[in-house]
Amino acid sequence: MWTYDKFLQYPIKIKNPNPEMAKIIITQYGGPDGELGASLRYLSQRFSMITPQAIATCNDVGTEELAHLEMVGAMVRQLMKNATLEEIQKGGMAGYYVDHGRGVYPISAAGVPFNASYLQSKGDPIVDLTENLAAEQKARATYEYLINMADDPDVIEPLKFLREREVVHYQRFGECLRIVQDYLQEPHLFTMR
Amino acid sequence: MKNKMELLKLIVASEFMKDDLALFLNTHPMDQEALSKYNFYVMESKGLKESYEMNYGMLSEHNSLSPYPWQWINNPWPWEYDANFNLDKEGM
Repeated sequence: MWTYDKFLQYPIKIKNPNPEMAKIIITQYGGPDGELGASLRYLSQRFSMITPQAIATCNDVGTEELAHLEMVGAMVRQLMKNATLEEIQKGGMAGYYVDHGRGVYPISAAGVPFNASYLQSKGDPIVDLTENLAAEQKARATYEYLINMADDPDVIEPLKFLREREVVHYQRFGECLRIVQDYLQEPHLFTMR
Repeated sequence: MKNKMELLKLIVASEFMKDDLALFLNTHPMDQEALSKYNFYVMESKGLKESYEMNYGMLSEHNSLSPYPWQWINNPWPWEYDANFNLDKEGM
């Protein structure tokens, strides 16, 4: 189960509204390499994960991704909250505005609603951990593209923090893959299933 | 007495050290140095949260005492501009 801490993992304090930036940052909320998919991926995989180290890592990284989902949602909200209708129109968010107002809804940068096909949970620990390595790299690249598109330090700093977390998670999942491979190569009396 | 945002900044930093060390310890459970650092930050953030909550309101859903009336519903929530501190990069 979970309990809620009433603070963000890293502060989001964006002075200037910017619907154009909200339009692309939202992809890390509900897009193909976003935090919602990441969280669901690891929290689903953990049920069939093996070795104490890899089970804990899926559980805890999946939990941290929920905190990142909250950070990205906070960014989208603050970028939209005080935006004028003119700014929304100029920023290419008129379509979003008629469907969701200044609220937060899980879609990709291209407007595609969140889809569970963005993630896999295969019931096979080698498959799942290998997927996670790719997933962390895809998210890292997405944050780098977002940083390239941003010019406001209030936006860039949290994006840099989130990018760094992808690098750390990649490292931890890499260690898990090695631990699981070593474990499966030992002469155990049972196979991975 | 530290003000609300100064204290929150210390809590967020201490909590982050815990988060990151815990992930490291998951794959390095025998690392004694990392473990004692983790235990240090557990104690530190406990103390910081206690003094925050005594003065500025509830931080966690089921582990904080509430004065009357029930404080949990108080604004601001973490995703709001006013709930967050400015990160002074040199100062931290």
